[in-house]
Amino acid sequence: MLKELLKKEKKIPPKLANRFLHWFLRDDLAEEVEGDLEEQFLACLEDGSLFKAKLNYCYQVLNYLRPFAIRNSNLVYLNQFSMFKNYFKIGWRNLFKNKGYSFINIGGLAMGMAVAMLIGLWVYDELTFNKYHENYDQIAKVMQHTTANDQIYTGNQHPFPLSDGLKNSYSEDFKYVVSATEIQEHIITNGEKNFNELGNYMQVDGPEMLSLQMIKGHRYGLENPNSILISRSLAERLFSNEDPLNKIIKLDNRDELKITGVYQDVPKNSTFHELAFIAPWDLFLSSNPWTKPYLDKWGYDMSPVYVQLHPNAEINEVNHKIKDIINNNVGDEFYNNDQKISLHPMDKWHLYEEFSNGENIGGNIRFVWLFSLIGIFVLLLACINFMNLSTARSESRTREVGIRKAIGSLRSQLIYQFFSESILVVIFSFVIALALVTYSLPWFNEVANKGMEIPWTIPLFWMTCIGFILLTGILAGCYPAIYLSSFQAIKALKGAIRSGHLAIKSRQLLVVFQFTISVILIIGTIIVYRQIQYTKDRPVGYNRERLISVNMRTNDIHDHFEVIRNQLLASGTIVEMSESSCPLNSYCTGLGNFDWAGKDPEFLAGFSVFWTSPEYGKTIGWKLLDGRDFSREIASDQRGMVINQTAVKYMGLENPVGQTIRHDEKDWTILGVVDDLIVGSPYESVRPSIYMLAPGVSQVASFRFSPEISTQVALERIESIFKEYAQGVPFEYQFADKQYAKKFNNEVRIGKLSSVFSILAILISCLGLLGLSSFTAEKRTKEIGIRKVLGASTITLWKLLSKEFIILVILSCIIAIPFVLYFSGKWLENYEYRTNIPWWIFAYASLGAVLITLLTISYQAVKAALMNPVKSLRSE
Amino acid sequence: MKETKLGEFEEVILLLVGILGEEDAYSFKITKEFKDQTGRSVSIGAVHSTLSRMEDKGFLTSEMGKATSERGGRRKRIYSITAYGRRTLEMSRDFKISLWKQFPQFGFEFDGLKFS
Repeated sequence: MLKELLKKEKKIPPKLANRFLHWFLRDDLAEEVEGDLEEQFLACLEDGSLFKAKLNYCYQVLNYLRPFAIRNSNLVYLNQFSMFKNYFKIGWRNLFKNKGYSFINIGGLAMGMAVAMLIGLWVYDELTFNKYHENYDQIAKVMQHTTANDQIYTGNQHPFPLSDGLKNSYSEDFKYVVSATEIQEHIITNGEKNFNELGNYMQVDGPEMLSLQMIKGHRYGLENPNSILISRSLAERLFSNEDPLNKIIKLDNRDELKITGVYQDVPKNSTFHELAFIAPWDLFLSSNPWTKPYLDKWGYDMSPVYVQLHPNAEINEVNHKIKDIINNNVGDEFYNNDQKISLHPMDKWHLYEEFSNGENIGGNIRFVWLFSLIGIFVLLLACINFMNLSTARSESRTREVGIRKAIGSLRSQLIYQFFSESILVVIFSFVIALALVTYSLPWFNEVANKGMEIPWTIPLFWMTCIGFILLTGILAGCYPAIYLSSFQAIKALKGAIRSGHLAIKSRQLLVVFQFTISVILIIGTIIVYRQIQYTKDRPVGYNRERLISVNMRTNDIHDHFEVIRNQLLASGTIVEMSESSCPLNSYCTGLGNFDWAGKDPEFLAGFSVFWTSPEYGKTIGWKLLDGRDFSREIASDQRGMVINQTAVKYMGLENPVGQTIRHDEKDWTILGVVDDLIVGSPYESVRPSIYMLAPGVSQVASFRFSPEISTQVALERIESIFKEYAQGVPFEYQFADKQYAKKFNNEVRIGKLSSVFSILAILISCLGLLGLSSFTAEKRTKEIGIRKVLGASTITLWKLLSKEFIILVILSCIIAIPFVLYFSGKWLENYEYRTNIPWWIFAYASLGAVLITLLTISYQAVKAALMNPVKSLRSE
Repeated sequence: MKETKLGEFEEVILLLVGILGEEDAYSFKITKEFKDQTGRSVSIGAVHSTLSRMEDKGFLTSEMGKATSERGGRRKRIYSITAYGRRTLEMSRDFKISLWKQFPQFGFEFDGLKFS
């Protein structure tokens, strides 16, 4: 009665709390606890309000959340381990029962994983670029953004006083400000041994800023201007096992320097990896007297400047503060452009190195994205193979699923089973992939120009690997696991399950996806190679054959130029030799301040300038289009210049030859016009260039060998002359054709990598197709038998079996075309000199894909079509 | 190893079980009595957990009472002290008295008192 009364007034304990109590409370305690709580509730109700009683009830329920009162999970776990053992055993047997399928599955997946791992290593290496330096997040390079002709040009050369200016005015922001020269080749000599080594000059704080790992000596070894720090590998070459510390070596055959420290070589994924030695900045200034007049001039860009910020300095704020330091100091020296500076942080040097109109526009990060995408796609292809084959083969395992279910397997257990099987396969593939990666890494390092190693000892690597295995296993296994386990026991046992329309459709979809990616990769690769070939075919404007150049770091050759030339000409070694201020493969001097008749006064003209000896043109074999070459005999040629075709257009001259150009307050006459020479990047347009006779010392000597003697003999003769006139200078030369070929290194690298990846992609796709087609052929054995009995020819059967796949592949080709057009168009936009994308590429690539598909599936189709119908019909 | 030490809260609960006797020594009543006697509020769950712990230690036994019309016909679990529980209580008391006797200022005041 009381209860009924209570119910009427809703004076019952809160239902939610009660349900919660029942959910967690041990069943054997339910009765007593509920009784106690109800009594408590009623007692509470007598004392106060209903709300309070309910609140108290909830409080009491929550207080029953104690270990003794909480029920155990209602599943009683049997020995799961033995079940898993069984799964692996069955999985193992299945692998061996179907060796062909297992091979395709494991091989394909291993290839995909190997590619993904290689790309993963590469991406890791790219992303950790420069992280060798402990303070990489505080180090930055000063960049200068100059506005001229409405364009902003970005460079990293700065006037000499900038470094002290930054140091003095913003000492609260900068920990170190270091001027340095660009890394260049110099001669290092120890007694008889001499080497051309890459190194630079730095201010005292440089090694500390870069946190070089010192083996001997200390980081502040550059305080004395007659000291030098060298890398460990250089120390070994110079001194083998002796202690290099405090030894004296010679730099550029001139300065005698004491070794005050040896540092561990900087690893390859650092901007400073080439640094074999570091010499003091003060030495650079004192041994290059031409620098003197510029030391306090803000208008001349001379050298890079690196900074390290204080830990609490914010880079954007600092950027804002320092941006006008050059503008404010330059005064009215002749350059009057806007020159802003900003800091480019070290962790962006490598991946975000490009500037356009003063803005950072990325750079190598594009390739990181591109290759990550390719890696993911190739791995995806391999996973799709696995999924496709497993679902296709699922029909032969329906009985197993039926029996397992009938015996009492839960669906979750079946899912576990298929996952453990796929993980087994993945582990197998992983081991093979690891072996593949280990063997192909040296090759990959060479192609990618990297020094990567498999980080065996880093726990992160193993954690990534395990994550990778699980991810791939689950990715590859999820479709079969969920699909196979959804079979109904009775139907599965009766064998009534045919893979439905949906399964076939999804399988077809996956094949289309695979081939679309493969075709995209193949066409992409063809376009990369086409672009390379197109640029290689571009006329160079000079003759690269039998032409070598030698960098001259001392004046020895220059001082004996006439003698050497006459000797070599007399011996028939060379056709001609000459000197020039710049090598054949780079623009090294840019000058402004030119004037000519008809020039727009607003136009800030800039030219690349080459100072040469009179025989330069003859040596390199340029093509004169108009006028004449320099001549040794004509004294007035000292005031003459030869310009290239681009310069003619740039200046807008009608009849260039004979015109006068004013530069440096002097008049120069145009003697001739030459065809454009490709000096810089072959993908860019040629810069307007001017060739003038060198007034003084030059940097590069070029020799063209006589065609009558072998290159070997010519080199030996030149070397002996070098030894005679330039003692202690290593004779190192470069062939012009090889030098030129280096300009294609980046693109050739991309081409090689993408061709390897696309070949692997198509291989993996074909493996999958092979498995799938053999499976369909097997499924249709009976049908084919009956058709044969009824008189079908082999050709008809072959057509029947191939048609389905051919349609899919053609469909993929069609889908691939817009993607390729978009992406390759984007890629080609990076090049000024670029090829087009003709339609036949698509036709050929599609034809190729269809042919490969036909080859792959024909084997199975023909095999099935040739089978004796008696045998195929008798089976069972 | 089961802990056989008697904590302060446990001791009070154990005593209350003895005081309440056969009829009323179940979780709700013990909780109520605890509040009445000490003025400290405590949840039934806390008391119940202590009771079941002491049962594990062997200080208490319990059995389900008879169903009554109260509380929807649900039975109560009635606790009673075991001999071992009683001995533990006594030992605890004796130990404390011996400590009190050693306590210099108050020792004499307890001399005349009798404990049974």
